[in-house]
Amino acid sequence: MEPSKKMEIIPLTRGTMMVFKDQDVVPFRNEVKEYAERIKMGLVNQTKLITAASEMVRNMLKYANGGLTIIEIVSRGPQSGVRVTFKDEGPGIADIPQAMQDGFSTGKSLGLGLPGTKRLVNEFDIKSIPGTGTTITIIKWANG
Amino acid sequence: MFENIIKTLKSNKGEILELWMKNQLASSVITEDLMTNQELRKQSEELVNALVNNLNENSINDSQSPDFDQLTELLGGISISRARQGFSPRETGSFILSLKEALLEILKKENSNVNEVFEESLKLSRLLDNFTILTFETFIKGREELIMRQTDEITDISTPVIKVWDGILALPIIGTLDSARTQVVMENLLQEIVKTGSGIAILDISGVPTVDSLVAQNLLKAVSATRLMGADCIISGIRPEIAQTIVHLGIDLSQVITKATLASALQYAFKSLRLEVRKTALEAAGVTNQ
Amino acid sequence: MERIPILKMGPFLLVTIQIDLYDRLALNLEEDLVKMVEKTASKGVLIDISALSIVDSFMGRILGNIASMSRLLDAQTVVVGMQPAVAITLVELGLPLNGVYTALNMEKGMYLLKSMMDFNGTQQEDGDHSFD
Repeated sequence: MEPSKKMEIIPLTRGTMMVFKDQDVVPFRNEVKEYAERIKMGLVNQTKLITAASEMVRNMLKYANGGLTIIEIVSRGPQSGVRVTFKDEGPGIADIPQAMQDGFSTGKSLGLGLPGTKRLVNEFDIKSIPGTGTTITIIKWANG
Repeated sequence: MFENIIKTLKSNKGEILELWMKNQLASSVITEDLMTNQELRKQSEELVNALVNNLNENSINDSQSPDFDQLTELLGGISISRARQGFSPRETGSFILSLKEALLEILKKENSNVNEVFEESLKLSRLLDNFTILTFETFIKGREELIMRQTDEITDISTPVIKVWDGILALPIIGTLDSARTQVVMENLLQEIVKTGSGIAILDISGVPTVDSLVAQNLLKAVSATRLMGADCIISGIRPEIAQTIVHLGIDLSQVITKATLASALQYAFKSLRLEVRKTALEAAGVTNQ
Repeated sequence: MERIPILKMGPFLLVTIQIDLYDRLALNLEEDLVKMVEKTASKGVLIDISALSIVDSFMGRILGNIASMSRLLDAQTVVVGMQPAVAITLVELGLPLNGVYTALNMEKGMYLLKSMMDFNGTQQEDGDHSFD
């Protein structure tokens, strides 16, 4: 069951990790996996979450030369989930609705970064100030 | 001012219970096979005690008063268990409504002043009506929980994956294929493909009432995922009216192998596995057939 | 620098990916494989990804590149053993690995490559398992 949007999201455990080079991607993914396993997330949901996190962290490396990631276990009502936040100080995204369109990409990637990732998680939030940086937050509920 | 009612009710507890029991048994709606007389009497007695003993100057005006906590809990328990046992809303509702009748009758008997009885009845009715609403709310909640549990069970049992032949799996989909169902279907199917090492999967949609663009998209997802695993996917059971809808909606299924019936899908699967099914000649049976 | 071993078996090349690949390692594999196809004149490449717990768009692109590059050198690529959770995730992500052949396991992948070779010698236009 989808929890009511009105319920508050409460962070429980929290860890941070800086990601600046390609070699950081796999350890970061393992960290996310550890958090997902801790709340007994099913294998398919785990795979979706880790893939989404991997896509986001690659975006961050490509467009902003890396940044800060925050991994948390959160709860809302009876639900528990993993929230991952990606904070960078890159060029930012000027037109977010355009970036969220399927097939749109400024880089040489396949252009399924943002919308593809959004489909893999339960909640996706993006805030960006051009010239200052971008913050993206994703949440995957254990049985979402 | 209402000391009178409280006193009256407290001193007539036994009579209230008798009257109430009489009312309940008289109303033809009570289903005897769901509950014995004794059980009903025990329930009723507990309830009368919880109500009358906690009635005071303050609580008579406030059905939410903490004095009624015990009563609220009792009522909630009774209506939830009745919802689960399959009592009708009428049966559950008349349980508490017939208590109101008994209480009003006692008031009338003990007081001859019509005006006073009217005031008292109004007050008591308001209180009891609130308890009735509470009963219904809990009853419906009990039913909703039941429905939710059944929905979960249906999702689980309605996606069986059948091994029809060595290397061929069939998955009959019954009911609407929403996104949540698709996830369950895909997971079950792919796991079974790995487990049995099957190269062909048949998705039979005879039991899917309608195919809109969302359902079609979900079907295509299942087909793509099967292919990524290295197995072929056939969609069968496409009825003429579904074929019409698919074309009218402009859904492209040209990349998918589709068959009208499960039988023809199976035939196709046999062919691609280079298997042959044929009738054996009567006289030669057992001779040619090794 | 660490490298993924590539085995030659008859006309085919075999690669088993046992660990989650670092980007550098994946790019090296792409380069090594294409060089090996050319050097050994192999007709097919089998890549076993059954140990991979995730395939993101980067890894997906590497697999697609290997397939396209090998095809230019007249070799077919079959990716075998993808995990169910990975397949579901790739579909949801919108990355169906077009142009890459797939098979359930090494054995079936090898059988598929052989049947493609038998079917029309070395040139392969379209087959049952093609997605393009």
